[in-house]
Amino acid sequence: MSYFSDIYRGIKTLLTGMSVTGKYFLTSRKGAITQQYPDNRETLKMFDRFRGEVIMPHNEDNEHRCTGCQKCEIACPNGTIEIIWDRGINENTGKKKKKIDQFVYHLSMCTMCGLCIDVCPTDAIKWGQNFENSVYDRTALTRVLNEPGSELQAGVED
Amino acid sequence: MNSALSITKNIHDWLFSIMPEAAASIAEMVLIALVYDAIKLLSKELTGTTRADKFLYNLAPYFVIISSLMALSVFPFTKEFQAFDINIGLFFLIAVSSIGVIGILLGGWSSNNKFAMIGAMRSGVQTISYELSIGLSLLTMVLLTGSLQLSEIVEVQKSGWLIVQGHIPAIIAFMIYMIAGTAETNRAPFDMVEAESELGAGFHTEYSGMKFAYFFLAEFINMFIIAAIATTVFFGAWLSPFGITESIPMLGVFWFLLKALILVFLMMWFRWTFPRLRIDQLLTLEWKYLLPLNLANIVIMALLVWLNLTISF
Repeated sequence: MSYFSDIYRGIKTLLTGMSVTGKYFLTSRKGAITQQYPDNRETLKMFDRFRGEVIMPHNEDNEHRCTGCQKCEIACPNGTIEIIWDRGINENTGKKKKKIDQFVYHLSMCTMCGLCIDVCPTDAIKWGQNFENSVYDRTALTRVLNEPGSELQAGVED
Repeated sequence: MNSALSITKNIHDWLFSIMPEAAASIAEMVLIALVYDAIKLLSKELTGTTRADKFLYNLAPYFVIISSLMALSVFPFTKEFQAFDINIGLFFLIAVSSIGVIGILLGGWSSNNKFAMIGAMRSGVQTISYELSIGLSLLTMVLLTGSLQLSEIVEVQKSGWLIVQGHIPAIIAFMIYMIAGTAETNRAPFDMVEAESELGAGFHTEYSGMKFAYFFLAEFINMFIIAAIATTVFFGAWLSPFGITESIPMLGVFWFLLKALILVFLMMWFRWTFPRLRIDQLLTLEWKYLLPLNLANIVIMALLVWLNLTISF
């Protein structure tokens, strides 16, 4: 007799949904749902999973984690990422090795699909929470993500 | 980040520099916006398509709005404050509230627009199906009152509201009535008639200005009517709880509106909680679940009245 258990389950799930929204309606503090955006610009914090733009975090010694493997460039469906790379000589071993020169990111072409971040083997790129991406000139949307003079963090490739 | 190039910041600064009081007064502007909206709708041009059936196209909004306004005439706001107390009150309400669907069908048909047409046809399917559930759930309560006259129904409830008198079957009838009532007014989660993501604006795609406003207003009036019927039939209309303000009859209006607005709130709560149903799910819900339950519920209620198992004080 799945007929009556269906009715029971239907009513139960509907009431669960209503209790969730009802609780939110009564107990949510001010600003939990509606953000008074331009007024609270200083204190506004975007939620963790928001996809604003792709960023490359650098540590305090100006080191990033990008090895220049170009997997993100291949994964990107619309050519948003361009890696200009070079070969440098490692001082310790004397071997020639690939390293990035410029990690170019075209925000104007990005659809925020997140494939590049999923595919990155060293977690070199992450989602940034900045959403104020309007600019006066579209060339400002083409960004070089690695800081000038930055180096690959030691131990990333091992 | 390119904070020097951020437009948002600059526009905000610029707005503040030209009108520093603007940001503070936004809260008050929201209230005035309602008046502006009404004036805007009144003064907008009434557009139409060239190949529309002009006569039916212009007639449709009046069907919808007049049928909603007619239904308002029979509600007992207090013992004296009732415009039109006929002995077939409930029957009249059900009859009048189903005229509205003719307006919707006419509007969709005569617009000569495929989206409007699909919306209107969906509305026909939906309203005609759920009309049954509304009628049968109200019939369940009529078994208890023994009268269709609304003042008589209120009189019966002086010994306990009907939802208390009829206990279990009355609560089931109330739940079915609220589900069917939400579907009847074409509101979410049953708003496939004007499903924005699929049909543009549904049956009123081609309407503008005041004609559109009539459709829009009728939806909200219908919502109040559904809540008001539920108030009258299940929650004792103008009767105060436990008779606390029986000596001041004018307060009946307050109690009636309070109960009706709580039910309107319930329907808004449905709207912001549930996702929209698919058309086959809608028909399954009505024909496989609500209708058989309703018929069984009538039998239970009849037994209850026959064996005198109702609760009355």
